[in-house]
Amino acid sequence: MEKIFQKFAFSSATLVFIILLGIFITLFNAARPAINEFGLNFIVDPAWNKEVPLSTPQTTTDKSAAQKSVTDTNDESVDVNDYGDSSDDMIMEDEDDTPTKTIYGGLVPLVGTIFSTLIALAFALPIAMGISIFLAEIAPKKIATFVGGAIELLAAIPSIIFGMWGLYYFAPIVADLFGGFQVSLLTAGLVLGVMILPFMAAITRDSMNTTPDILKESAYALGATKFEVIKDVIFPYSKVGIIGSIILSLGRALGETMAVAFLIGSIFELPHKITDPTISIPVALANNFGEASGLGMSSLFYLALILFVMSFAIISFAKFYFLRKANS
Amino acid sequence: MLAMNIEKFSFTYPGVDEPSLKNITLPIEKNNITALIGPSGCGKSTLLRSMNRIHDLYPGNKYDGKIELLDETNKKYKNILKIKKENEFIKLRQQVGMIFQKPTPFPMSIFDNVAYGLKIAGIRNKSELSDRVEAALKGSALWNEVHDRLNKSAMGLSGGQQQRLCIARAVAVKPEVLLFDEPTSALDPISTSAIEELIVELKKDVSIAIVTHNMQQASRISDYTAFMYLGDLIEYDKTENIFLNPKEKRTEDYITGRFG
Repeated sequence: MEKIFQKFAFSSATLVFIILLGIFITLFNAARPAINEFGLNFIVDPAWNKEVPLSTPQTTTDKSAAQKSVTDTNDESVDVNDYGDSSDDMIMEDEDDTPTKTIYGGLVPLVGTIFSTLIALAFALPIAMGISIFLAEIAPKKIATFVGGAIELLAAIPSIIFGMWGLYYFAPIVADLFGGFQVSLLTAGLVLGVMILPFMAAITRDSMNTTPDILKESAYALGATKFEVIKDVIFPYSKVGIIGSIILSLGRALGETMAVAFLIGSIFELPHKITDPTISIPVALANNFGEASGLGMSSLFYLALILFVMSFAIISFAKFYFLRKANS
Repeated sequence: MLAMNIEKFSFTYPGVDEPSLKNITLPIEKNNITALIGPSGCGKSTLLRSMNRIHDLYPGNKYDGKIELLDETNKKYKNILKIKKENEFIKLRQQVGMIFQKPTPFPMSIFDNVAYGLKIAGIRNKSELSDRVEAALKGSALWNEVHDRLNKSAMGLSGGQQQRLCIARAVAVKPEVLLFDEPTSALDPISTSAIEELIVELKKDVSIAIVTHNMQQASRISDYTAFMYLGDLIEYDKTENIFLNPKEKRTEDYITGRFG
């Protein structure tokens, strides 16, 4: 019995690594044609699904671009970027004499992902700190319990509801306040911020609550004010937990698909202002996965791989940071 | 001369009918050590925590009677139970410092720990800060052990060192009175005797009230002892009288270990 139990526990734990590794290998294999084709240029190339003549290589193509296999992806010529220009594409296809190939670059969704996440963090962080300070230190117990419960409920709302609410009620307000488009990097970022807010606030409050009363009393007993106790004792004491909450929220914001799909505009164009529409990696994957094939599909996997590595790097960094903190 | 004068003081926790302290009258002699002894739940810690009104961090307590504190000029007494404004609380806690059951170093360097009370009191001058930190650490018999690592985290010190650091931190703001709430209950015997020596040393400059479960400790270091039981002050006298010649039967029973 003991043996079986140990084996079960051990294999359960091993399973996690196998799944993790399996996902990485699958992603990498599926992305390999795109990696071979575009290399690291993929990250800095803003073009997505763009027909270019084979004879004059673009700045973004590398040596291996000569592969003929590329041109069989004509079925993707319905350009998601600009419906107005689709007639031009048709004409280009009809002139079959100049051979073309389609190129893909990941810069736009990468920028969209990073900036919507940063906007979300910039919006959520100060408010989450305010909420958690209020809940942990200022509010009377009853109110803290009530508000804390409401915040946990906010965390339980499915993301598609945030997306719908954001599109119909929040997006017009954002457009009124800041100008520009209703669906934009800013709208998506702000709604993402609202979504990660409860996580950040709840984890931060919990770690602030771990500050021993006796430690706070020691500061008060030296003549500290409430603000000084929060700033000098509670914050440093719960710093590790606060950073943890930020990183977990970051991970959530990076991968969020549904709400962002409603709000970011879903066009492959680099935003010039934060009020411009663009696209993020998860949204690009969800929107294009159905129709993609060949190199287009492989490029989507390349994007997925980038997202995977980014999330993985952030979480690993967080783990490393916490372990180092815990040991010191 | 009295550093503090507690008169007909009663204290009731929120949501409780029965007062936890009943009609306590107790003098705290200046530059002496007054020990508060008694079994758990007798109210000695409650009394101590009333003397800097640290209770008021948690709302709803009821006070009655008065607790007077001698002001810096050594002339006037002020009833600290009348305090309502935050700046008066801050001043009170600068005059009446406190050391807790467990060492409570802040998550910062040794220097910053000792300088903390000074900094929040508005002292910014670097050389004054370092002079007073050095003086406080020397006064707490910690300077020799930490002078070469003042910028290291205070969390790396041993328990006894941390408690002496907390004493240095409290001493640095030059209080009139120091309250010790079972300061050695978390420490080993060697650290305990170091703290006891330090407390005796400190009474040159401050008046001290100490809550202790350890009767040997009370008899070793205190000048006066108050025995409390179930919220009442049973007996108060010079320490040798309490331990050698108690007037009350309950005091005698307690110090001879028959209950408690």
